[in-house]
Amino acid sequence: MTVLDEPLALEDAPRRVVVVRDRGDRIFRGIARTSGTMVLAIVSLIGLFLFFRAGLALRGSGLSFITTAEWEPDSGRFGIAAILSGTVMIALVALVVSLPIALGTSLYISEYAPRPLKKVLRSVVDLGAAIPSIVYGLWGAYFLSDPISGLARWLATYLSWIPFLKVIGGDPTDPLASRSFYQTSTFVAGIIVGLMVIPIASSVMREVFSQAPAGEREAALALGSTRWGMIRTVVIPFGMGGIIGGTMLGMGRALGETIAVYMILSQVFVIQPHILQKGGSSVAALIALRFGSSSAFGLSALMAAGLALFLVTLCINFGASIIVARGRSGASTEA
Amino acid sequence: MTMIAISPAPRGATTAVSDVRAQTEPEALRSTGSLRQTDLLALVGAAASATALTSVIFSQIAPFNGPFGFVVLAEVFFLGIYMLLVSFDESRQAVRDRLASAIVHSLAFVMLLALALVIAYPFSRGMSALHHVNFFTKDMTQAGAQVSLDRGGVLHAVVGTLEQIAIALLITVPLGLTTAVFLNEIPGRFSRLVRTIVEAMTALPSIVAGLFIYASLIVPLFGRDQGILPKSGFAAALAISAMMLPIIIRAADVVLRLVSGSLKEAALALGAGQWRTVWHVVLPTARSGLTTAVILGAARGLGETAPVLLTAGYSDYINWNVFNGQQTSLPLLVFKLITLPSQVAKARGYGAAALLMLIVLVIFIVARVIGGRAPGDLTRAQEHRRVLQSRRDATRFGKLATGRDRLAPESGDSGHVVVLTEVAVTETKQGEPS
Repeated sequence: MTVLDEPLALEDAPRRVVVVRDRGDRIFRGIARTSGTMVLAIVSLIGLFLFFRAGLALRGSGLSFITTAEWEPDSGRFGIAAILSGTVMIALVALVVSLPIALGTSLYISEYAPRPLKKVLRSVVDLGAAIPSIVYGLWGAYFLSDPISGLARWLATYLSWIPFLKVIGGDPTDPLASRSFYQTSTFVAGIIVGLMVIPIASSVMREVFSQAPAGEREAALALGSTRWGMIRTVVIPFGMGGIIGGTMLGMGRALGETIAVYMILSQVFVIQPHILQKGGSSVAALIALRFGSSSAFGLSALMAAGLALFLVTLCINFGASIIVARGRSGASTEA
Repeated sequence: MTMIAISPAPRGATTAVSDVRAQTEPEALRSTGSLRQTDLLALVGAAASATALTSVIFSQIAPFNGPFGFVVLAEVFFLGIYMLLVSFDESRQAVRDRLASAIVHSLAFVMLLALALVIAYPFSRGMSALHHVNFFTKDMTQAGAQVSLDRGGVLHAVVGTLEQIAIALLITVPLGLTTAVFLNEIPGRFSRLVRTIVEAMTALPSIVAGLFIYASLIVPLFGRDQGILPKSGFAAALAISAMMLPIIIRAADVVLRLVSGSLKEAALALGAGQWRTVWHVVLPTARSGLTTAVILGAARGLGETAPVLLTAGYSDYINWNVFNGQQTSLPLLVFKLITLPSQVAKARGYGAAALLMLIVLVIFIVARVIGGRAPGDLTRAQEHRRVLQSRRDATRFGKLATGRDRLAPESGDSGHVVVLTEVAVTETKQGEPS
């Protein structure tokens, strides 16, 4: 090795890479940066404005904002105890409705449906996400609420020993009692919102299921597994991140739903744990109900409620994206 | 399960046997379908007996009421009886498989049925309004809520909807698409910040977006006696934009991320700058996905009621001016009409909802026809055009090469040209037609 014995004339140093961009590129990068900055500015403006305006009401009420159930901003007694818990309950009913149906639909599309049908079904489910919420609201308020009230009454009659299914005031055994008692409840609103979020949750799940590795599927089948055995041991564990992520994404949507809830629910401002009973509350529907009649202070109280809703939704969305990203099925599930 | 026995007999013997069999009995097509007669019988039997059992309970014992209860109870009975029937001649594993299959099928059916009913409902209730031509060509100036359906219409709301969505698209499409390009092409700490914030804002409930515009622009601030904007179509368009912008950026970002790096590298290697690469390679490749993102965002914005409710006001007449005077949009009109007590108004409301549904359907179908394809995934016609184009390119390059050879025969540089032609062919095969 005579070469190495000699002192090296040139050190092997990393070369500096100088990128020379021509004018077109510089203009392009400038425009792209500007629009990014603009979007950031707009979006932060919305957030900051909400904080700023909500601050007025929050200073007025202090911590009682979290514990008060009434909504009388002009007499200083207002809080999110009832409306936020009402919103969460609607979203939970929606979750109970949407999770099994979304799971079933996406499993059907990715595992059971005949091949020519798959593409059609995928479009149909995506169409479900594009249907305006007012159309869902119409259907829920004027079509579904009547047959559902039968189910609600049955639940109230036979399962009233479960605390949240109890009904106070309406006698479920009285066949002549007004049906509308069961039609404007958290339960009915939750079912409609659940229907609305099925397509959203389902499209995330379907994408993840269809990416389950073919090798593992075939391995399960080759070892003598039934189709359901294959789904249980390969598809569902692989898609777990997508199932949770899709469901939480749907929850985020369910929390912010306004019009359908507004049309169905008769709003009351007490904490209403009985989901079958007439009356409930929701932040979004409250804003739609009160924005016009509010004073400046009332408006900032609504802002504070909107901010609280936004923060809850934000936590859920970020939770969803973290769970989806951590799963094996990772990067492919952006909705 | 068919068992395949492998005999240890020598090779020659097996071939001889199969040869003989091939001569004696012709091979019949074996059915590989998984549906068997017993399965079908079990299904039909279970369905029939579940229906019968439920009818008996409903007519004799009747703890449920309403069609909903009937269906739920019948479904439960069906699953039970089906399980029992299958378990007579199958193993436990198979019973579970059938049960899971039945449950998945019925859940999917519930979903499709609900969707079909939701879509059909406004059409069935609004038919009486949709019959009349004036429903589409008139506004409500000449007709109050009580006036019969052959007078007045919803044209003012259609005008409002279209104007508002057009303005919202004018704002969100350039801004959203450039931002998505920015997120993908100029990575760094800043773009990561923008992406995080945009993702956070997709959580913004639409009513809060409306409330933002309402409280910042419409309500007078700082002791002035008038807000910056009156309740108008433009304010509504701004509210819709605030809601749509994060959605469009996110969808476009996902699509642009799928453009394969090798395409971009090919363009850069051929000497294109970043701008040229984005304009001629990245955007055309992702065109169909971007179109879908925009159109679906538009469908979402079009159907939103909540932000419009706060910002647009409500008018009975056609208002072309988006900056001045209140304007109605279709969802808002539906919302107002449906809460009125009069049956005529309700019918009009359903008609308007049906019209809204129709517009969304058309937009959705257009989105599916144009888009819905992964970047670089071409239709047959596109692929055909692509091949023809690359053939033309090849001859063109060949001609150029021969021309240059004639001019400077001593360089002998035709290898260079061959490489160029190959790159051109692969690139044009993967991208969209330009």
